Amino acid sequence: MIRSEILKEIAPILRDQLVVCNIGIPSQELHAIDDQPTNFYMLGTMGLASSIGLGLALAQPKTVIVIDGDGSILTNMGTLPTIANNVADNYILMIIDNGSYGSTGDQPTYTGKKTSLAGVAKACGCENVIECKDIDTGEVLQKAIDSKQMHVIVVKCDSGNAKMPVITMDPVVIRHRFMEAVKA
Amino acid sequence: MDIDKRICDDLIANDISFVTTVPCKQLAGVIAEIDTRPEVMHVPSNKEDEGMGLCAGAWMGGKRPAIIMQNTALGVTINTLATLIQFYRMPLPMIISYRGELREPVACQVEMAVHTKALLAQMHIPTYHFHWQKDVEEFDNILKYTFMSNKPVAILTDANFWGGYGDQ
Repeated sequence: MIRSEILKEIAPILRDQLVVCNIGIPSQELHAIDDQPTNFYMLGTMGLASSIGLGLALAQPKTVIVIDGDGSILTNMGTLPTIANNVADNYILMIIDNGSYGSTGDQPTYTGKKTSLAGVAKACGCENVIECKDIDTGEVLQKAIDSKQMHVIVVKCDSGNAKMPVITMDPVVIRHRFMEAVKA
Repeated sequence: MDIDKRICDDLIANDISFVTTVPCKQLAGVIAEIDTRPEVMHVPSNKEDEGMGLCAGAWMGGKRPAIIMQNTALGVTINTLATLIQFYRMPLPMIISYRGELREPVACQVEMAVHTKALLAQMHIPTYHFHWQKDVEEFDNILKYTFMSNKPVAILTDANFWGGYGDQ
């Protein structure tokens, strides 16, 4: 499965949750598949989805799901020790690990080679680190939500992107409606 | 005057309850003081752009944030300031140790100091420079201004403000 197929499958699970979505094609795909006020789309700033999500989870009690990518985590690897040492049990980091920089033309990342993000996360001290296959994403994610414990899920899947339109919504609108949904 | 206590008092008086830090020798006192304040959640970050991401999330979650960092890291935060904090219009007080200014003993620090105000000006970030201890009197107003305007605002605090490095 490629990322967009996974997102289509888990859209009903994501719909009721606060979601912080990674820059580029992941946000475009989620926006096209199931736009919700509870989705925060990153339009820039590669690497910070996991950090934004952690700040959000630490600041309020609702469950926060971050849809991140292997390339983004590699860009901001320092996020994993911060996540491990500031436990928010309403925080789920889901890394769609397709071993490539999808938004820039599917150039390979090191996670498709020797580097294991699940191994890195564990070494950083993260608990409840699960590496799963693409077809199991929904089940693993739902269990993580139900457990009410911080999770890091690494979803191993195929490289590839769906053709989706660029998000033209103004960033202040995205942010404002998201903040209203957080408060609701 | 204990400026570490004063800065923390002003943060709390302005309802700032989420602080991220990357340390600097000059900031050690204020960071230690923050850890004595139960009103403030302190989440140390490994890099300043990561810290700004944490602050953005905390703010959207209803907590007023602040970042405490060194000016040498300004370069790694430019993209984050432009495409996250400014693009989405988020408030962010940046309490920055201004290394490489008067009374600085380490020559290399000057290399980023000469670019610090130019970079902040290029980013159109309102910038204040604390050189004397009495300058801290402005801090409360600067925090109010930051959350009124929904912008990142820089407070540069040099070695003279912090009391220097002793005899050199």
